[in-house]
Amino acid sequence: MSSSNWTVDFLNQLISAAVTVEQISLPSTTLWQTESNHWQQFAELALQQNMRWVAGWAEHVQDRFFINACFEKQGVYVLLRAIVNAAKPELPSQAIVYPAANRSERHTQDMFGINFIGHPDNRRWTRHKAWPKHSHPLRKDFSVQGTPDEITQPDMDYPFVKAHGTGAYEIPVGPVHAGIIEPGHFRFQAVGELILNLEERLGYVHKGIEKIAEGRSPESLARLAGRVSGDTTVGHAWAACKAMEQAAGIDIPPRAALIRGVLAERERVANHMGDMGAICNDVAFVFAQMQFTRLRELWLRTNATVFGHRLLMDRIIPGGVNCDLSEESCAKIKQDIIQLRKELSEIMSAVDLNSSLEDRLFTAGYLAPELAAAFGTLGYVGRASGQSFDVRKNAPYAPYDQVAFKVPVETQGDIASRFWVRNKEINAALKLIEKFIALLSPGDIISPWKTPVAGSESLGIVEGWRGEIVSYIRFDADNKIARFYPRDPSILNWPVLEKLVLDNIVPDFPVCNKSLNGSYSGSDL
Amino acid sequence: MSWLIAILQTLLFVALAPLLAGWLKWCKCCLQNRKAPSLFQPYRDLIKLTKKQPVVAGHASWLFTIAPYIIFSATVLAATVVPLIAVDLPTSASADVIVMVGFFAFARFFLALAGLDIGTAFGGMGSSREMTISSLAEPAMLMAIFTLTMTASTTNLSVAISHVLNEGLVLRPSFVFALFALMLVAIAETGRVPVDNPVTHLELTMIHEAMILEYSGRHLALIEWASQLKLMLYGVLVANIFFPWGIAETFSLQTLGLGLLVILGKLAVLAIFLAVSETLVAKMRMFRVQEYLGFAYLLGLLGMLSHIILETSR
Repeated sequence: MSSSNWTVDFLNQLISAAVTVEQISLPSTTLWQTESNHWQQFAELALQQNMRWVAGWAEHVQDRFFINACFEKQGVYVLLRAIVNAAKPELPSQAIVYPAANRSERHTQDMFGINFIGHPDNRRWTRHKAWPKHSHPLRKDFSVQGTPDEITQPDMDYPFVKAHGTGAYEIPVGPVHAGIIEPGHFRFQAVGELILNLEERLGYVHKGIEKIAEGRSPESLARLAGRVSGDTTVGHAWAACKAMEQAAGIDIPPRAALIRGVLAERERVANHMGDMGAICNDVAFVFAQMQFTRLRELWLRTNATVFGHRLLMDRIIPGGVNCDLSEESCAKIKQDIIQLRKELSEIMSAVDLNSSLEDRLFTAGYLAPELAAAFGTLGYVGRASGQSFDVRKNAPYAPYDQVAFKVPVETQGDIASRFWVRNKEINAALKLIEKFIALLSPGDIISPWKTPVAGSESLGIVEGWRGEIVSYIRFDADNKIARFYPRDPSILNWPVLEKLVLDNIVPDFPVCNKSLNGSYSGSDL
Repeated sequence: MSWLIAILQTLLFVALAPLLAGWLKWCKCCLQNRKAPSLFQPYRDLIKLTKKQPVVAGHASWLFTIAPYIIFSATVLAATVVPLIAVDLPTSASADVIVMVGFFAFARFFLALAGLDIGTAFGGMGSSREMTISSLAEPAMLMAIFTLTMTASTTNLSVAISHVLNEGLVLRPSFVFALFALMLVAIAETGRVPVDNPVTHLELTMIHEAMILEYSGRHLALIEWASQLKLMLYGVLVANIFFPWGIAETFSLQTLGLGLLVILGKLAVLAIFLAVSETLVAKMRMFRVQEYLGFAYLLGLLGMLSHIILETSR
């Protein structure tokens, strides 16, 4: 690989900085094992190399904790691991170097009781009041059922950032909202209508996904992964299956890969249409929302007739897919695309010509490209702020390695840009679906499963509709899952919402939030 | 006899307001390619709400519970001033347009207090925004109305409407300006798109709805009804001041019946205009409202100037 040059340079740099790493080859990536006291230093050197912080998680293995962080540069992923003793679990924080690591480290701190020394903000994050103070749910001595109270106590004493001074006031919003959305709390400090500070408090939909994944069979884990975030069911199921297949050393049939591609792109189109409608609705342009909702509904109905599920849940299974595409189905999909293109172009020209809508969306919720880069922002949020990274393009996997397609990038960084990037992604996705269907040739849609060796591990990385999804899987003996960690793109996108609303006014927050549309469920796990 | 008609007219106002809201909703639904609810849905909603037990926050004061009654009564009293189907009624003779604006201000004062009383962030936020907007809307509205009163040399709506009727069909530039100013103000004052969005669920964007978020049951019903009444009042103002033809000048069953039919037609047409404009534009940014209302004030001022320059010299 041409880009492997930087790893050689980087390794030399590490050696000269006296940071020792031991390289272990994994099915999908390279594992670099280092000493826990070099944890932060590694991050500093990685930042100098312009590496992107991707994900962080930990694992309890006997009396030790494996602490992992994943980095990426030029489409090459590096998995960094440090092992600390459970008796005194601590290591220097990477969040000082990479702000993107902040909440992830707090999650690890809450779930494992690992202390990140020098963390800039070590308040609890995933921990609310659902489990006792000194217990850590992802440690092995914590039972799956836990010991929950009859009624979970309200989380009253979270230390929010305070604002002082005359005229500054606080607006608490949520976790229960008036619309049909997920729960999350937003704390505003405002002067008049101007937002001085916004603080997010998530974790209200913590479902214990990581804990209940332990001990599952591959099929059962694929189902669980499909429920990490309901709107990204294809993306997460694919990432998890990809990780499991790599760990087990299975290649999926080409036909299955193409069908997976069709599923993922259909999910992208449906969600983008829903989002574009919702953005219009938030500025009271209901007409566009009704049209987008109608088109999305027709799209989902085709999903139901062709694939048997409106949201395409459980279509991707370990080894392949469980739904084949007949000739009629392909014809129906192609017909739908022609119809959708026609209707979308009519709606988009109406939207484009509406100056009142333009007035609301342009310049609002501006995210500077530098900030987007610093936080490792993904998907359409990143791409509207100059971050072109797309797993399908930068680290291609089947079936995306067989086709040419465009990844839209803009640098305008405002709500309008995030709206139009979605539109461009819909057009690219429609073309991709057509190409995948054209490439379909008869064959199997599933490969037989092979039980992986105990301890085999892998990273499944795919581009979901919100952006890069990273799924870490490690197998135990007897085909059982030892550890599953899904990193939804929302985990990296949520923090930039706090930044992009600054200097906007309070009534513009909902549309800023909708333009980002992070998943609560995907980030709370 | 005339008192009886005045009372009947007010009752008609109160009874027809939800129908206008239903018609407006119907038009909007059609324009948005949606299946519309029945025209009588607002009545059903009001009945449903009155049957429900109102839930009042523990720390709400007496002000919170009496505010809906005050708001509703003040709006009904404002309705007595406005000629709906007939002019020369004793209620409209005893009070003028300034009194009507006063009733609106009175109702708004209590609504804002109720928003603050409950102590939630949204209530206070809504009250603050409502007051900001009303402080800009009221001068614009008075300016539009003064233009009219200068033509008719009276602040009494009934007399002014009679004056317009007697003059016959004359194109007055001042009236055109005043009409547009009043329509802009009406949209702001009744909380319609593009100033406020009455159907939103997003608390942070609300103005009117933010103040009444904590209301439920019959309290909410009264406030909703009062807003529907206010919408109709503004509709009737626009319709009867600028297009008064058809209103009953004598009290016979025939003229009154005709008056009712004509005003229903006029309101229906106005509602279609409102529905079209609400479908065509997105809600404006909060800080654009001052420009919008500043423009309304300017139109009112231009109306008055054109009256002085073009119409009084004769």
